Amino acid sequence: MMKMQKKTIRFLAMSAYGVFLLASFLLGFSPGKQIGSNFFSFSIEMLKILPCAFVLIGLFEVWVKKEKVERHLGRESGFIAYVWVILLAGTTVGGLYVAFPVAYSLYNKGTKLSVVFTYIGAAAICRIPMTIFEASFMGLRFSFIRMMVSVPLVIISSIWLGNYLEKRNYKIMAGK
Amino acid sequence: MSYLYLATGLAVLLSAIMDRKKTLVALYIAGQKFTATLPAFLTMLILVSIVLFVVPDTMISHYLGNDNKFIGIVCASSFGSLTLMPGFVAYPLCGILLKKGVSYMVLAAFTTTLMMVGILTYPVEKEYFGVKVTIIRNVVSFFIALLIALVIGIFFGEL
Repeated sequence: MMKMQKKTIRFLAMSAYGVFLLASFLLGFSPGKQIGSNFFSFSIEMLKILPCAFVLIGLFEVWVKKEKVERHLGRESGFIAYVWVILLAGTTVGGLYVAFPVAYSLYNKGTKLSVVFTYIGAAAICRIPMTIFEASFMGLRFSFIRMMVSVPLVIISSIWLGNYLEKRNYKIMAGK
Repeated sequence: MSYLYLATGLAVLLSAIMDRKKTLVALYIAGQKFTATLPAFLTMLILVSIVLFVVPDTMISHYLGNDNKFIGIVCASSFGSLTLMPGFVAYPLCGILLKKGVSYMVLAAFTTTLMMVGILTYPVEKEYFGVKVTIIRNVVSFFIALLIALVIGIFFGEL
């Protein structure tokens, strides 16, 4: 019942938003037009990346065996697991919104929580194309110091959060 | 960007050569997962479109340039947490601000929160990891960003 209500509210809010955009364009209401163009430019940016990301996730789901992920990134894995996911994160494109579905697939294949959180954190701050871009505007020194400080902090905080949740037998529950 | 398409295309091709049935299953899973999260992505896009209107770049530039470093950092980390910008928009903006004399420390607070803390990505993150984990991760990331800004400030002699 609650779920139905939530869905209805969401649907109504989205419809209202759509009507607002449409009306703004028809009546030439400039704030509404600005919001509309923000919406479209960001949607296009995301639609360029998301289909590829989900296809790769799909291939990962069918080809990579759970035992293999568990062995390398699961509970029994050592420190090298963090290195693997940071390298994986380096190749991630887009932003956090791409990292979440990837991280979720990793988790479902048996990756331990601290490694999953390291992946998310690293996908935010260690993406290679982004870092090159950063260095060209902010200077190499800036990027170097930022990386050196942020990577250890991400690993440490992820281990802490992962252990904290696993000790409490916390299960990731999507949407809850 | 085109590398992404190239890599994805090659991966699908390779997969299809090895096992056509498995590849179809993979594409089906991809479609299922994509449509399942579509409402969350849509919610995020709507929030982004509104926030970017309310908090435009010019406003961010204005507040980041504050003479008081403490206020600068507070503003930078708040804006960084609240908004969402792709790197190719954020870094050129920071480059301009740097030339205008905004400190490295303030810009570090801005870019790091921009990348790590996502109030606008909350609908998507919650969809996968639940409310509790999402809140903890974002709060922790916020403090990490402040620490990074502090260290940058020390190294660049701005403190």
